Amino acid sequence: MAGHMPVDKTYKLFIGGAFPRSESGRTFQVRSADGGLLANVSRASRKDLREAVRAARSAQAGWSSRTAYNRGQILYRVAEVMESRRAEFATALRDTGRPARSARREVDASIDRWVWYAGWADKVHHVLGSVNPVAGPYFNFTVPEPTGVVVIAAPDEPPLMGLLSRLAPAIVSGNTAIVLTGGAASLVAVSLAEVLATSDVPAGVVNVLTCDKAEVLPWALSHLDVNLVDLTGAPDDLGDEVVAGAAENVKRIVGGREGSDPVEASPYVIGDFLEMKTIWHPIGR
Amino acid sequence: MSATAPFIPTGAGSRPVRVAPVDEVALEARAAVLCTRSIKTTSKRAALHLAIRCIDLTTLEGADTPDKVASLCQKAVRPDPSDPGIPSVAAVCVYPEMVGHAVDAVAGTGVAVASVAGAFPAGMSAIDVRTADIADAVRRGADEIDIVLNRSAFLAGDLGRAHDEIATAKEACGPAHLKVILETGELGGYDQIRSASMLAMAAGADFIKTSTGKIPGAATPPTMLCMSEAIRDFADQTGTAVGLKGAGGIRTAKQAWHYLVIVGETLGQDWLTPARFRLGASSLLNDVLLQLGKLDTGRYSGPDYVTVD
Amino acid sequence: MTPPDNDPRTEPFDLDYAPAPQSTAVVDIADEYGLFIDGDFVESRSGRTFATTNPATEEHLADVAEGSKDDVDRAVAAARNAYEGHWGALSGRERGKYMFRIARQIQERARQFAVLETIDGGKPIRESRDVDIPLSAAWFFYYAGWADKLEYAFPGRRVAPHGVAGQIIPWNFPLMMAAWKLAPALATGNTVVLKPAETTPLTALLLADVIRDVGLPPGVVNIVTGAGATGAALVDHTGIDKLAFTGSTEVGKRIQRATSGRRLPLTLELGGKAAHIVFDDSAVDQAVEGIVNGIYFNQGHVCCAGSRLLVQESVAEEFTLRLKRRMAVLRLGDPLDKNTDVGAINSAEQLRRITDMVDAGVAEGADLHQPDCDLPERGYWYPPTVFTGVQQSHSVARDEIFGPVLTVQTFRTPQEAVDKANNTPYGLSAGIWTEKGSRILWMAEQLRAGVVWANTYNQFDPASPFGGYKESGFGREGGLHGLAPYLRAAGRVA
Repeated sequence: MAGHMPVDKTYKLFIGGAFPRSESGRTFQVRSADGGLLANVSRASRKDLREAVRAARSAQAGWSSRTAYNRGQILYRVAEVMESRRAEFATALRDTGRPARSARREVDASIDRWVWYAGWADKVHHVLGSVNPVAGPYFNFTVPEPTGVVVIAAPDEPPLMGLLSRLAPAIVSGNTAIVLTGGAASLVAVSLAEVLATSDVPAGVVNVLTCDKAEVLPWALSHLDVNLVDLTGAPDDLGDEVVAGAAENVKRIVGGREGSDPVEASPYVIGDFLEMKTIWHPIGR
Repeated sequence: MSATAPFIPTGAGSRPVRVAPVDEVALEARAAVLCTRSIKTTSKRAALHLAIRCIDLTTLEGADTPDKVASLCQKAVRPDPSDPGIPSVAAVCVYPEMVGHAVDAVAGTGVAVASVAGAFPAGMSAIDVRTADIADAVRRGADEIDIVLNRSAFLAGDLGRAHDEIATAKEACGPAHLKVILETGELGGYDQIRSASMLAMAAGADFIKTSTGKIPGAATPPTMLCMSEAIRDFADQTGTAVGLKGAGGIRTAKQAWHYLVIVGETLGQDWLTPARFRLGASSLLNDVLLQLGKLDTGRYSGPDYVTVD
Repeated sequence: MTPPDNDPRTEPFDLDYAPAPQSTAVVDIADEYGLFIDGDFVESRSGRTFATTNPATEEHLADVAEGSKDDVDRAVAAARNAYEGHWGALSGRERGKYMFRIARQIQERARQFAVLETIDGGKPIRESRDVDIPLSAAWFFYYAGWADKLEYAFPGRRVAPHGVAGQIIPWNFPLMMAAWKLAPALATGNTVVLKPAETTPLTALLLADVIRDVGLPPGVVNIVTGAGATGAALVDHTGIDKLAFTGSTEVGKRIQRATSGRRLPLTLELGGKAAHIVFDDSAVDQAVEGIVNGIYFNQGHVCCAGSRLLVQESVAEEFTLRLKRRMAVLRLGDPLDKNTDVGAINSAEQLRRITDMVDAGVAEGADLHQPDCDLPERGYWYPPTVFTGVQQSHSVARDEIFGPVLTVQTFRTPQEAVDKANNTPYGLSAGIWTEKGSRILWMAEQLRAGVVWANTYNQFDPASPFGGYKESGFGREGGLHGLAPYLRAAGRVA
C-alpha cells in the first residue's frame, strides 16, 4: 500500500472568522510527551489582541440581538460539528500526553457540557431575571443582558473541558469573546476555532489567540473596550498591578479566585458574564 | 375620530388644536406633590378670601324654592353677617326656573347669577331643546351659563358633533359667559379629559368645568391639574385664556387651597381671580368661614357658629 | 359675569405660601459624636474630630470623631468577633427579627431622622420626609424578610456570607445609602463596618442609636466616621472579606485598583451621566415634570440624575420653553420649609465644583439659562441651571456634575437617540418619554444602562435592583439581585 504522508496543520490565530498568523510573525512550539514536534503555534501579540477586540466588538451587537432560541440553535450546531470531530480532539489531547480513555472521556464530557449550555440560551432569563413587586403603580422587571466583549484566559487543564466550560457560558447569552490560550492547550483551542468557523457562529463572536497569556493579559486588562476579563486560566504570578489595570474602565473581573472551580457548570457562571438591567414603567389608563 | 384624537377641529378658518397625551401615574404624582404645599399666616388669610371670591355658591335641587334661593343669595353677598371684611362670592348657581329670583336678590351687589342649562345634567335632549333652554336662562337674566358636554357624542367618537353643539350653545349665550361641564367622571381617563378640554375650548367655552356634581368622581386634584395643563396648552396655541371651574365634592378649605395651588403653579397667578377660576360648591363656604374664624380668634370654631342657609 | 378687566374683585393675588418651616424640636444634636464600635460610642484613638455643618446656614452642628487606622482595626476586629461569635451562629429568622425592629424604629422616629437629614445635608424636608426616610425603613423591611429565606434565592446553589463587610457610603442620601448597604449585608449574615460620608454623618449615628436600642449584638454593625483617609484604611484592611462602595467613579477606580491584588469581592455603585430622552409623542407635561424631577431632585446630587436631556428636534424648541417655564416656579430656599423644591448644595467643595464646571460650559460656548431666584446669603446654593446649544463634545455633556445642571441636545431618530445616549463611559441609568409601547421596549433594550425609567424617572424601591453598566460600577443593590454581592457560593444543593 502506498504510504500517505500526513499533511500537517498550521496552527494559526482565529480573528473575525479568519485564520491569520500573528502580525508579529512569532510562533511557539508544542511538543509531544516524547519530545516530537506537534506544532509551531502562532504566538499572538498585543496588536493581535487589538484586532481581536475590534472583531469581537463589531460582532457583539449582532450576536446579542439574535433571538435566544437562535443562539441556542447555533451553539447546538457547534456541538454537532464537534461530535463529528471527536477523534481529532481526542488525538490532540492524547498527543500531549493524555491516556486515550481519559482523552475520549474529556471530549465526550466537553461536548455534553456545550450542549448543556446551549440549552440555557433561552432559559437563563427565567433563573436570573425577575419581576419585582415595587410599592407603587409601576411594572418593574429585571432582565439579564450580555456585558459586551469579554476576554477569557482559558485554563490549561483540563484543556478542552476547561476552555468550553468558560467559553460556552460567556457567549451563550450574547457576549463576544477573545480566548487566550497557551502551551499544549493551544492545540484543542485551534481545533475548536476550526469547528466554530465551520458552524453557524458569526465571525468575530469567538476569537482565539494562542499566546503567552502572561504577555497578552495585561493588555486585555487595561483595554478600555473590553468589558470583562475571566482570569480562570491566568498565570498564578500575574502581578497585582496588572490586575489593577482593570480599574481603568471599571472592568468586571471573574474567575480565578482561590477555590473556584474552573469547570463549574452552572447558570450562575453564565450570570458572571451578564449585566442586570431593571426597567420601570407606570401602570395607568 | 377617537376620543383621544391628537387634533381637535376648531371650525372653518382656524388651525386645529393639538392634544398632548397624558400619563396617569405621573400626573397623579405631580398633583400629590402640589397637595403637600403648606400655607401659613397672612398668606392663609389671603388665600381663604380668594377662595370665597371664587365660589359659585350652588343649589341645584328639584326642591329649590324662591325662599331657598333668596337665602342662598343673602349668604352669597354677605357670607359672614358679623364680618363685613369677608368678600362676596363670585356667583350663585341655580336652575333656569330660579334665575329670576336670584337676579332680584343679588341686583347691584356684584354677585353674578349663573344658570345650568341645556338639559342639565345629562344633556340628553334634542339640540333645539337644549338651545332653547339656554336662551331662556339668558332671557331671565343669567350672566353665566353652565352646560354639559355631549358625552354621548364624544365617547362615540363624534367629536365634530360634540364640538359644534358647544359652538351653537355659545351663540345662544349671547353676552353671557359659557362654562362647559366635561363630567370628567364619565370620560374614562385623563387622555379623554384633556381631549374634551381642548374640544370645549376650541368650540368657544369661556370656562371648562369638571363636573355636574350629580355623579361620583367629580373634581380631584389630578383632574384639575390635567385641565389646567390643557388650558395652558390652549393659551399657548391660540392666545386665548380660558377659565377653570372645579365642582363636585369640594367641601373643605383645604381642598380649595389645593386647587388654588394647582392652578397657581400650573397656569400662573393670572388665573387666580374669579374671572378665570371658580369653585362650584355649597358647603365649602362655611368651612372656609370656620377656618377664617380660627385665624381671627386662635380658637377652633364649630358648625353652630356659621349660618346654615 | 362682570368682565375680568374691570372687576373690582380681581385684585391681584400673590400665591405666596409664607414660610412653613418644619419644627426642629424633634432633634437634639449633641456637641460631640463618637465612633460606634462594638455596641458603644467611643472616642477616636487619635483624639481627632471633624466638624459637620448645616450647608443651608453654614452653622456648626457638631464635632464628630475622625476614625483612624487604629479605630478601623478595632471596628474590623469587633465585626470579626461578632461574626465568629453570636451573629454567625444565629438563625436567619432571628437575624430578620432584629432587622424588622430596626425598620419599625426608623418609621417611629421618621420625623427625627428626616429633620436631621435635612439639617446635616441640605436636602428639602419634603424629600427627606417623603423619600429618604420611608425608603430606608422599607429597605430594612424588605431584606428582613429575606434573612430566613436565602435557600430559595438562588436555586441549586448553597450560599454563605462572606464574613466582615466594609461599606463606604456617600453624602447625597446619607441614611438611605446606609440602609441600602446594611440591610442586605445583615440579612445574609455578614457583619459590617460602615463609613458614612464626612459631610453627613449624623443620621448614620442616629441609626447607631436605633441599632443599640433594638439590641443588635455588639459588633454586628460598627460605624466609623471620617473622611477619605478613614475610608482608605477600611479599603486597605486585610481583615475585611467584602467591600461595597457608593461614590464617584474616580474613587471607585482607586478602590478597584487598591483591592484587585487581593481579589476582594467588590460592589461599586459609581457615577453617571444619564440620558433622558423625550420623543415628540410624549405626554409632554408629565415629561417636563420627569425631566425636572430627574435633574433637580436632591439638587442633582444623584448618581442616576437625568443630566442629559435628549429631545427630538421637531419639538425641541417648544419643549425647552415648557421646561424653562416649569423651572421658573421651582422654589429654592430653606430646606426645612415644607414648600421648598430645591435645597442647599451639600458642601462648599461641591458648590465650587459645580461652579467651575458650569463656567467651563459657558467658556465652551453652551447657552446658560437660570431662572430668576434669590439665593440665600448664607449657606451653599446653586440655582437650577439648563444649558442649551450643547454639543456631544462639550464637557458639561460628558462629565458628571452632580449638581442641578441639565444639558439639552437634540436628536432626529430613535437610533440617533440611542447612539448619543450610549456615547459615554457611564451606564447607570436612562430615561425615555414616549407614548409608543414598542419604541419603549426597543429603546430599553438598546440603552446600555442598569436602570431604565420609561415614562417616569428617579423611582427607587427595595424590591428593584439598582446598579450600573460600564464605568458606573458593578453589582446590584435592591431586590433579589442585591443579595448576591453579600453571599459566596458554598457548593451545590445535593
